[in-house]
Amino acid sequence: MSEFRGDNMIKVSKLSKIYSIGEVKTIALDNVSFQIDKGEYVAIMGPSGSGKSTLMHILGILDMPTKGNYFLDGQKVSQLTEDESAEMRNKKIGFIFQAFNLLPRTTAMQNVMLPMRYANISKVDRFKKAKKYLEMVGLGNRLDHTSNQLSGGQQQRVAIARGLAMDPAILLADEPTGNIASAQAEEIMSIFEKLNNQGHTIVMITHESDIAKHAKRIIHIKDGKIEKDERNNLKVKS
Amino acid sequence: MQDIFETIIEGFQTLTLNKMRTGLAILGIIIGIGSVITLISLGQGSQKSIEDQIQSLGSNLLTVSPARQSSGGIMGAQGGSTSLTLSDAKKIEEKLSATLISKISPEYSSRSQVISGRNNTNVSIIGVYPQYADIKKITMSKGVFITERDNTSISKVAVLGPTTATDLFGEIDPIGKTIKAGNQTLKVIGVTVSKGGSGFNNPDDMIYVPLTTAQKQIFGKTNLTSISIEAKSKEIMVQAQDEIGYLLLSEHKLTSPEDADFTIMSQSDLLSTVSQVTGTLTALLGGIAAISLLVGGIGIMNIMLVTVTERTREIGLRKALGAKKKTIITQFLIESILLTFIGGIFGMIFGLTASFVISKIMNLSYVISVSSIALAIGVSSIIGIVFGLYPAKKAANLQPIEALRYE
Repeated sequence: MSEFRGDNMIKVSKLSKIYSIGEVKTIALDNVSFQIDKGEYVAIMGPSGSGKSTLMHILGILDMPTKGNYFLDGQKVSQLTEDESAEMRNKKIGFIFQAFNLLPRTTAMQNVMLPMRYANISKVDRFKKAKKYLEMVGLGNRLDHTSNQLSGGQQQRVAIARGLAMDPAILLADEPTGNIASAQAEEIMSIFEKLNNQGHTIVMITHESDIAKHAKRIIHIKDGKIEKDERNNLKVKS
Repeated sequence: MQDIFETIIEGFQTLTLNKMRTGLAILGIIIGIGSVITLISLGQGSQKSIEDQIQSLGSNLLTVSPARQSSGGIMGAQGGSTSLTLSDAKKIEEKLSATLISKISPEYSSRSQVISGRNNTNVSIIGVYPQYADIKKITMSKGVFITERDNTSISKVAVLGPTTATDLFGEIDPIGKTIKAGNQTLKVIGVTVSKGGSGFNNPDDMIYVPLTTAQKQIFGKTNLTSISIEAKSKEIMVQAQDEIGYLLLSEHKLTSPEDADFTIMSQSDLLSTVSQVTGTLTALLGGIAAISLLVGGIGIMNIMLVTVTERTREIGLRKALGAKKKTIITQFLIESILLTFIGGIFGMIFGLTASFVISKIMNLSYVISVSSIALAIGVSSIIGIVFGLYPAKKAANLQPIEALRYE
């Protein structure tokens, strides 16, 4: 694979997350360290209970680590207040969830414009950008459809457009094809491919190796530790 | 500001998604605000009616009434005293008409059953001199009022209030007809113009007869139930009140004002007493209605709590996408304020309409108070904030991962 030497987009060092319920301590992440460079396409793979969801929550600044440091786009985000985290999420991370998580009975446009509203971007700019990204994911003719009028694949494409809206440092996808029929899943994967080729950094959490093999690098997680970190030489061409 | 406006529109759209629930939540506020406005407006209306009635009699009016008399520690019943007589009235006229008073009207009134043909009614019969019409500003729609001569000759004549005339004669012209009061037959000589009163001592529901006839023929009494006195001017009211008081004390051979067997009330005394009573009544009614408003507010809180629970995932998503605590609080507060504000507007319309209809039916003055409109808009918004704050804070404090995981 190419020796891509960009800036560190994500730098995680000695990250641990320990849940204590009463006397019982569960170690979800155990001393995890890795780096992801700008423009990388990484899949984080592991069976359920491996700690990949915990890792995704920390990477998404939805949760704070117990120990260790996390730098995103050069900024330390390990210990932030709730509102600071919200601002970081808004500016640096584009979320793509398994269950799409669009606002119900709300148009595609409004869904894509939502994160821009929280960033106080002017109405005109919001509108332009939302339209641009929806066209980019092939929904130019579905702008005013509400989420319940769209298929699963289409909803996920709206979610991708929403993820791109703030031009984030990384796109963080959590089982993005988990709720989608396989034909449409391929479409989603080809969009990811295209976005990566345009220079977007993508981190995708999945337990399906069929999906993971679309990425250029796969980090395997097991029992809260990195088991294997490999360049994907078998990368499928879409 | 632009963002607040968008949040309001968004909140409005959210509320229209569940019309039934929104409607029921709003209904609580409509009933609350509506009943507060209705009751306060009716209270103020009846207050105004009574005050107008009192004020229409003129502001120079003094009323002397017999007071309860204490003799040997036994209190007589209020107004049941017979201390006031025609000679008192004559004395006042004699001594004070040059300086302080312009008109004086001795009166004897009591309720009695009155019959005319097949109709009968229980009505206040008041024995008067002609001055009564001047002092109480009574005008005639038909016939004539009681005259001096009717009094000297103890004529068996009567003047009817318009309500009494209708009760006894319906549409027939009562002039020249007879009525039976006690065991006396009286000839109707006049009907007064309606003054639009209501309740007790309604001047429209009265029979006026000569004082001498009332005392000697109908009721067989020698005392007076009141003396109405008009002072020469408003400025000398207090002086007149004092002079009359001293005169009556000496007439009744009493030394100390504490022993007085009469009271002298001026219009302003009466007005302030009545205002105080009706004011208290209005506050009481408003207070009772405020309880329903409180219940409506609790309804809003309940609905908002349910909404927050139902929309946990949405809140989680919003926070994940960068909504700060303040943003979430604002969003939910605006929804609850919208609920109560809309309820307040409809409640105001409902309250103003209801009080209009009821005041027309009950023949009261209709008062639209600015305070009730301010109340509708202000209080309802405050209720939205007070009862919406807890659910909104609950929403804002949800952790995004917990919220996203919530099924």
